[in-house]
Amino acid sequence: MRFLSSRRRHPAAKALLLVLGLFVMGSLYAVLAPAGQSSADTGTSQQVEEGRALFAVGCSSCHGLNGEGQSSGEIQGPPLAGVGAASVEFQVGTGRMPMARPEAQAPVKQNRYTPEEVAALAAFVATLGPGPEIPDPSQYDPAGLSEEEIARGGELFRTNCSACHNFEGAGGALPGGKYAPSLYGVSNQHIYEALITGPQQMPVFSDGVLKPEDKRAIIAYLNTLHEQPSQGGLELGGLGPVSEGLWGWIVGIGGLSAIAVWIAAKGTKAK
Amino acid sequence: MTDLTPRNSGHEVDDQAQQRSELETVRDVERYPVPDPGLPEHLPRLSDVDEKAADRATRQVATMFGLVPVLAILFVVIYFAVPRDAVFLGQNAKNIGLGITAGLALMLIGIGAVQWGRQLMDDHEMVDHRHGAASTKEDVEYVLRELDAGTDESGIRRRKVLGYSLGGALAALGLPLIVSFADLGPWPTKRVRAATIEETIWKEGIRLVHDVTYEPIKASEMVIGQLVNAQPENLQEFHGTEYLQEKAKASIIIVRMDPNDIKIPEERRDWQVGGILCYSKICTHVGCPISLWEQQTHHLLCPCHQSTFDLGDSGLVVFGPAARALPQLPITTDAEGYLVARDGFSVPVGPSYFERDSRGDFKGE
Repeated sequence: MRFLSSRRRHPAAKALLLVLGLFVMGSLYAVLAPAGQSSADTGTSQQVEEGRALFAVGCSSCHGLNGEGQSSGEIQGPPLAGVGAASVEFQVGTGRMPMARPEAQAPVKQNRYTPEEVAALAAFVATLGPGPEIPDPSQYDPAGLSEEEIARGGELFRTNCSACHNFEGAGGALPGGKYAPSLYGVSNQHIYEALITGPQQMPVFSDGVLKPEDKRAIIAYLNTLHEQPSQGGLELGGLGPVSEGLWGWIVGIGGLSAIAVWIAAKGTKAK
Repeated sequence: MTDLTPRNSGHEVDDQAQQRSELETVRDVERYPVPDPGLPEHLPRLSDVDEKAADRATRQVATMFGLVPVLAILFVVIYFAVPRDAVFLGQNAKNIGLGITAGLALMLIGIGAVQWGRQLMDDHEMVDHRHGAASTKEDVEYVLRELDAGTDESGIRRRKVLGYSLGGALAALGLPLIVSFADLGPWPTKRVRAATIEETIWKEGIRLVHDVTYEPIKASEMVIGQLVNAQPENLQEFHGTEYLQEKAKASIIIVRMDPNDIKIPEERRDWQVGGILCYSKICTHVGCPISLWEQQTHHLLCPCHQSTFDLGDSGLVVFGPAARALPQLPITTDAEGYLVARDGFSVPVGPSYFERDSRGDFKGE
């Protein structure tokens, strides 16, 4: 105590005492004050407000100011209660939403929102009704799967997905200008989100029925498939007989016809 | 120094004049009132009159042929030097290299040969006259005479039994051939059909399980818009050919739709569980498996011939060549809440065939 009492008139003592007092008061407040909203929750409700503002600007013209949707008139949008945060992350993250114009299907385009803005929109739409949440990276990261599990993913892919998305995920046509998009270059997270939300004409493959580990195996299979080099040269989009036939008939037979014409043509004459 | 007189013109001109006069003599004025204009005037090629042009063409051809050994050696080098898994522009480097060298070598031989023929080989036109396809009268008579003589010499006219016995022998040989057709499969009588192609392994109480994983499906886990490619649980008891045969008939798809959005006929009220409906996966046209389902329109599209079925309306055909609605499997839930079949299919599943009884098919209300 001699150390402290001998310095009680030191010029810095007053200031230090003030800092000490404030620190003690602050600590006491933090421990004893009634536990209100946690800081994380405060952030979320702020995020929801941001999302609401973004929604009013970018989405409400079709989906209504509160996501109630509109089903009459030229511009229509489905109600968004219960579509969940995963739906928003998928639709906005891939640039499908907001749509540029009403059409058969929303095409992929450049996403103009920052990840924070997408998260805010997702947080707002998630408050409209319970729906699929944005998946955790551990659910869709295929690292560490064995070859057997990846092969099983292939079997699941061919059973459940290839009818629309083609046997190697190159996509395919549907009636009325709709289509199943190509899966090349689609991020693992977006594949997972599409499976659990069923965007547009795609059916839902909910986690309760198609287990998360099955989805992970499918994603692993697609990654493996799309990393493989093309062993036989030009793949022509991996679309099978249509593009191969087109190539054979136009380039192959066309080339042969051109050579036949050249063989039989009269060349330059001397006069 | 261009010598415009063809090197061997005299001989060719004579030839042409002779050919033309030949054509004139065979002309049938009634059938061909317009005279044959004959061959156009023969003009020499550049390489016929200009030795330099001929030399140039020779060099071109020799260069093309000369490149072939280079490509052949390159092929062998690539074969040994390039590793099997090397990648070039996203493709297998070895296959690309081998294909380009071998293909180019063959093409150069071909183009060189054609260029040789076009520029340097002797250039004179030839005429081959067409003749009628029938034989001459003398030939026909000669053959008939010989045939007649041969028949006489064989003695078949006198000893007719020879001919009859030979005919009988050859005809009898057809019998084993026809009988062995029976081995192609069982005779498709009504009873055999009912026990094979018209029968699936679905029956009351069989659980609906996921294709591939054989996981049973809880009704409560199915959300609206869900599609499941499923099989009967007892499919696991089959193996080999039998497994494939049963799977080909028993495959189903389960979908869940909002019950307020779809039409469920009164007699099929208890075939579904809260909008969860189950249909055969086999197209009724020619039997392709279909699971291309649009969840918003409820349409199921067959990729083979674009037959479209409305799963929100008892599987009726809305487009395409299929003639019959997709068979629906009546389902319910068991005590644990898993989906089970209430009964087997009420009509034969799969493609149409002549003897199929289509009176039981759903034809709309």
